[in-house]
Amino acid sequence: MQPAPIYDSAQLIPHALQELKEAFNYRHLLFQLVRRDILTRYRRSFLGVAWTMLSPLGIMLVLSFVFSNLFGQTRAYPAYILSGLMAWNFFAQSTTSAMNSLVWGGGLLQRIYIPRASFGISAVGSGMVNLVLSFVPLVIVLALTGVPIRITVAFLPVSLLLLACFSLGLGLMISTLAVYFPDVVEMYQIILTAWMYLTPIIYPENIIPAKYQFVLHLNPLYYLVKLWRLPLYDGRWPTWGEFWPAALIAFGMLLVGWLIFTSKSDEFAYRV
Amino acid sequence: MNLPTVSKPFKITVEESVTNPEEAIHLEAISVRYRVPSERVRTFKEYFIRRLKGEVHMRTFWALQDVALNVYRGEVFGLVGVNGAGKSTLLKVVARVLRPTKGRVIVRGRVAPLLELGAGFHPELTGEENIFLNGALLGFSHREMQEKIDQIVEFSELGQFINAPIRTYSSGMYARLGFSVATASQPDVLIVDEVLSVGDEAFQKKCAARIDAFRLRGAAILLVSHSMDTIEAMCQRAAWLDHGTLKAIGKPVEVIRAYRERGG
Repeated sequence: MQPAPIYDSAQLIPHALQELKEAFNYRHLLFQLVRRDILTRYRRSFLGVAWTMLSPLGIMLVLSFVFSNLFGQTRAYPAYILSGLMAWNFFAQSTTSAMNSLVWGGGLLQRIYIPRASFGISAVGSGMVNLVLSFVPLVIVLALTGVPIRITVAFLPVSLLLLACFSLGLGLMISTLAVYFPDVVEMYQIILTAWMYLTPIIYPENIIPAKYQFVLHLNPLYYLVKLWRLPLYDGRWPTWGEFWPAALIAFGMLLVGWLIFTSKSDEFAYRV
Repeated sequence: MNLPTVSKPFKITVEESVTNPEEAIHLEAISVRYRVPSERVRTFKEYFIRRLKGEVHMRTFWALQDVALNVYRGEVFGLVGVNGAGKSTLLKVVARVLRPTKGRVIVRGRVAPLLELGAGFHPELTGEENIFLNGALLGFSHREMQEKIDQIVEFSELGQFINAPIRTYSSGMYARLGFSVATASQPDVLIVDEVLSVGDEAFQKKCAARIDAFRLRGAAILLVSHSMDTIEAMCQRAAWLDHGTLKAIGKPVEVIRAYRERGG
């Protein structure tokens, strides 16, 4: 709690910085929102939070069964799928829930003051908790398929940070759009499906013919998912050339998303 | 659907920023404009087609016009007016939810909004879990809430129900918990919008006593009510809002008389 804060609407602080300061002041709220998400998601289900671990495992089983004829020659195919799927699920879930919580839960913004980016940040936070939990099934699958866990997993926090920055930036951007055009909520689900098939999640990168490889390189998630899979599945450190495009994309997206969001966020209370 | 128009923060000089520290709320020529599209434009396609044709027509509507008033520490200030007069918009401006289109608002200290009790409660969480969530929405840390929790549970009179999911609560229990959390610590500014009808008569008395204790310890209270008896009994000063403009300001008796003769 701040000692006697003074709110002055005439204060001259850029919105982007103001929001950053407020998000820090309200860090306890971010923690509580993540806690609420985790506690309530499976509260009425019998297996509870175990679903966070079981659901990627189930999807992985289905996919590896369906596609084993096509891509079966890929080394430790289930481990390949699961390592990519974890990163993808984190991205897809946190961006979708950032958008939904602002559009459906935004009524709160009309009643009390809270930093408007709280929903987006906590959505990414909840995604991180789920991602960490899904390491349990991943380790099992790696062990079963004979993929050794190397010291290179020490790089994963960096991969996660970059993926989180990208997801937050994009989440804030589409939240802003969705406040003005609710159609975006539906449209985004279709975009996500197409995007997933454009990213090497369930198929190996080398099945793309050489003349279409450029499509991969235009896809920001290609770099970010790769940075996730290299230390886990391939067991090697990313090269500098694999690292810097991912870092540039992630921080660039965060900056753009944050600027767009904060430039419009004062108007949300008039809209949502 | 209301379209927004929001002012950019403007530069202030040092002399201007010096206001009386006894003023908890300082409103200076506040205007709030909503922009309402004449027809609904909800999809991208429609928007772009209309945009190209230059057909996005906006009707502007001023919810507040040039409202200036101060509320001092230790007073209860009442707002009267018919529905749609701009009372709720004014409360939102003070609660920092809406940034005024024009003018300047200064609020000193922590604001406790009693706009809609229990806004932000999650039905699946227990009463206790919701206390921590709601406390965080009001800006309190987990530790600060831990110090208050016994007092909150006691005031809400929920007893063992505090460990049950909130979806099992009656509307009265819900509002009681909301009031208890929102008023768990002394605010500098308390915003009360028609919520004094919480629970039974005994609980209402308890709420009124708590609000009065806040006032005696120096809080400024902004109260909206349609009950003239409440305004007259609780307020030191009052104002009458009509179509977004201030029609009268002063002693509650006089403001109510003006409102009854010329307005409501």
